[in-house]
Amino acid sequence: MIAWDPNMELMPEAELKRMQFKLLKTLVYRLYSFSNFYHDRMVAHGVHPDDINRLEDVVKLPYMVKSDLRDNYPDKIFTAEPEELVRYHVSSGTTGKPTVVGYTKNDLDNWTESLARALTSCGVGRGDVVQVAYGYGLFTGGLGLHYGAERIGASVVPASVGNTERQLELILDLRVTAICCTPSYLMHIGETAKKMGISIKDDTRLKTAILGAEPWSDQMRDRIEEEMGIKAYNIYGTSELSGPMFTECTEQDGFHMWSDLALVEIIDRDTGQPVPDGEQGEMVVTILQKEALPIIRYRTGDITSIDHSLCACGRTHPRIARLAGRVDDMLIIRGINVFPSQVEHTLLSIPEVSGHFMIEVNRVGALDNMLVKVELNPEAFSDKINDILDIRRKVGHTLKNMLNVSVDVEISEPGSLPRFEGKAKRVIDRRVL
Amino acid sequence: MDTTQYTIKQISVFSENKPGRLAAIAGALQAEKINILAFSIAEANGFGVVRALVDKPEAAYEKLNAMGFMVSFTDVIAVKMRDVPGGLFEMASILSEAEINIEYSYAYSGREAAVLILRVDRVDAAVEQILARGGTLLSADEFS
Amino acid sequence: MKYWNMEMENLKGDALHALQAKRLRWTVKQAGNVAFYRRMLQEAGVRPEDIKTVDDVQKLPFTRKTDLQGGYPFGFFAVPMKEVVRIHTTSGTTGKPTVVGYTRQDLDNWSELIARNLTMIGLSDEDVFQNAVNYGLFTGGLGFHYGAEKVGMTVVPSATGNTRRQIEMIDDFGVTALHCTPSYAMHIAEVAEKAGTTLPTLKTGIFGAEPWSDNMRRVLEGKLGVTAYDSYGMSEMYGPGAAFECPERNGLHIWHDMYLAEIIDPKTGEVLEPGERGELVVTPLVKEAMPLLRYRTGDITMFLEEECPCGRGMKIARLHGRSDDMLVIRGINVFPSQIEHVLRSVPEVGDEFLVYVDRVNHLDEMTIEVEMNRSAFSGELEDLTRTQNRVVAALKDALNLRTRVQLVEPDSLPRYEGKAERVIDRRGDVL
Repeated sequence: MIAWDPNMELMPEAELKRMQFKLLKTLVYRLYSFSNFYHDRMVAHGVHPDDINRLEDVVKLPYMVKSDLRDNYPDKIFTAEPEELVRYHVSSGTTGKPTVVGYTKNDLDNWTESLARALTSCGVGRGDVVQVAYGYGLFTGGLGLHYGAERIGASVVPASVGNTERQLELILDLRVTAICCTPSYLMHIGETAKKMGISIKDDTRLKTAILGAEPWSDQMRDRIEEEMGIKAYNIYGTSELSGPMFTECTEQDGFHMWSDLALVEIIDRDTGQPVPDGEQGEMVVTILQKEALPIIRYRTGDITSIDHSLCACGRTHPRIARLAGRVDDMLIIRGINVFPSQVEHTLLSIPEVSGHFMIEVNRVGALDNMLVKVELNPEAFSDKINDILDIRRKVGHTLKNMLNVSVDVEISEPGSLPRFEGKAKRVIDRRVL
Repeated sequence: MDTTQYTIKQISVFSENKPGRLAAIAGALQAEKINILAFSIAEANGFGVVRALVDKPEAAYEKLNAMGFMVSFTDVIAVKMRDVPGGLFEMASILSEAEINIEYSYAYSGREAAVLILRVDRVDAAVEQILARGGTLLSADEFS
Repeated sequence: MKYWNMEMENLKGDALHALQAKRLRWTVKQAGNVAFYRRMLQEAGVRPEDIKTVDDVQKLPFTRKTDLQGGYPFGFFAVPMKEVVRIHTTSGTTGKPTVVGYTRQDLDNWSELIARNLTMIGLSDEDVFQNAVNYGLFTGGLGFHYGAEKVGMTVVPSATGNTRRQIEMIDDFGVTALHCTPSYAMHIAEVAEKAGTTLPTLKTGIFGAEPWSDNMRRVLEGKLGVTAYDSYGMSEMYGPGAAFECPERNGLHIWHDMYLAEIIDPKTGEVLEPGERGELVVTPLVKEAMPLLRYRTGDITMFLEEECPCGRGMKIARLHGRSDDMLVIRGINVFPSQIEHVLRSVPEVGDEFLVYVDRVNHLDEMTIEVEMNRSAFSGELEDLTRTQNRVVAALKDALNLRTRVQLVEPDSLPRYEGKAERVIDRRGDVL
């Protein structure tokens, strides 16, 4: 086995835990003293840094939830001085305002280091040509993996998203050996290749895929590996934690959660109590060394289980299982998180349509397709087809801007969509993973 | 059942969305003494399609084609409607019950009756249903 | 006056020439790892040891963009792949793109250039920098991103699109410096005006990737409340950052320790004097992965005779025009030959086309009139719309640009006997 940082990755569990406790204690003291947000939270929760005397005491600390970030938009939770900030990333919020994440130089360094370890654990290294086909820019996937792959000395092809034929051309012509993208997009690349008479297995040098940002299954992995003749690894992370950070190792049996960076709890959603290894619950994460946007006991909303046993690869850091679902109504469309509340918020800003809508999600070929059906406001009706088409385009464009994902729009007659008395069920998800 | 006698040849002409195109088409047909019986324009992004029923479709096709227009034939049917309230409803109901989709349609009110021109997804089924339910279809001969 | 690298930025005279000569010799040696250059020098009867002084560069033949295409994909790499840490591509003149590679040292050189530029115009680690250009394969995004990060600025990697959110971020994050194309800056200014914000924190605008005039500078500075600077570069020269305006804003400083620049008559190839307009030819002096010898940029400019009060080296004039038919649309390079190539792949349309370039709401719009193929006409509106969409999608894939496509009647576009003039650029000089 080749490790990026063998001392850290193979450190005995007891030592790791001692390190985690020290980091946690330092973090809690720092935030109690320097962060208004965490200070007030801890006081309101009746907990003082002196109460944290062993690692298990982490449960005494209050949770942090996604809406805390929105309510403190954009940077009220930040604990770094403005001149120490070197990066902002922005991801979708639950309604109008996005979630903003700031980074110091050390934050970027830890994030990159996490991915350097992860990519190495998947067998990627110097001499590999890595195509990063996640979105660059405000989304953390592109720049995150870009920096990670650059650190291990691979040749990085910053392909970003879209233009599948060109992606394929790059894979072929630039002799790409590893690709990072969403699992459904890789399948789409595979289908496009087939149509063009290209076999990923025989005609390309692709041997590794790092796939994430959306739920997928072991069946999908089997299919991808079989058809493309590659090894497919799962990657996990959200922008609140920094971005994508953790992958499976070559054992393909759970994500290694680097203990010096992340303290992971799996809790029972109803009781808030920790569940034993192997049992499912909501993942709660504390990022131990974040400077700009500290994260203590963040409720990720992801359902999974944890395994502390020693991995066959020799790494001592605990593993979490493939994600089993979400606790909320968040949808993941082509790797982008979408909340139905965002759609509602957006439609209410467009006078030509009403706030009644339905979302239908399908998988067309390998790709997610989201259709938003919306009612035309009677005052906006025109007998010119192009006017109606313009309204449809406007709705599509506005949603695209707000959600960062393109959607199909269908204009329905006023009054034709279902009305809900209780909790609205506006999403019909027909995808099979 | 042979439905060919009820299949009518509509000419469809591509036209850029700019002044003078319709005049050019109509002028050409006039020069050939071709009579336009029914006609509509469908609009799209920057262009349109002129659809017409004419008394001499072959001659119209040749003339317009020779002038450089893109022309094609499309099979449509023409239904006689009673020119009274409910006339259109009768026809639409027949097609709806047989689950035949109307792709587009236009109409004219003639001397004896109103005529509805239909482009449907299943021509044969539409002809059978309309005749079976006592409707009257115009045959191709009646247009020449 | 602040410097990122005072010694290099102010290097002149004999000291500069000595450094350039040394680096030129190294570059010729490095180019010797590339079969194309070995053959080129042999055919020209030039031995590497003939190149001793800066003036000896004139003994070397030119390298053209079409040469790079001939080496697709890695034919111009002078180092083994395991030393290449980055690959970018840029539009070629027809189907295949031009590939450029970087070693770790190359990336470092490139961000050094941009760090110099940003420091030269007064930016520092206290600034918040919004990078509103394309990331990914386009060098503009990652190039400035790395440079700004090197300076220690807070980088907002906003990329392009979603103008309202761009404005929201400028206001909410207290952005002080904005990098984008000048036409996108104009669009941001207009949308901001409508949204009722004056973008009070913004003080610096860095605009490049497409030509813009001094008139446009005045308008942009007025609307955005910034001081605006021009930036120049191209993927073959790492990317943006090869030349940049200093606070004098009268010409661009080209970094002479990293680029040996010449101005030539594009027709005769003869080297021109300062003050004479011609094509910029560049020999990069520190490029490891992909050295170039006398690369014809296609850009028309001249050396400015007068010394800059800021103390840095000889400047080039702002760029106006090209020696070829390349168009710059929203910062993206487009060759008419690429369009022709795309249309050939769509059987429903013919090969004849006419391109109109307009500026609508300050953004470039490219409209392409394409003739329908007579045999593909079914008479159905839907089929026509599908063809139209198909051409738009194929052009988007090939050019990375959204275009408008108008279907026109067969044989209605002009035919050319000699050189086809298929582009009607109606953007004018200013707005």
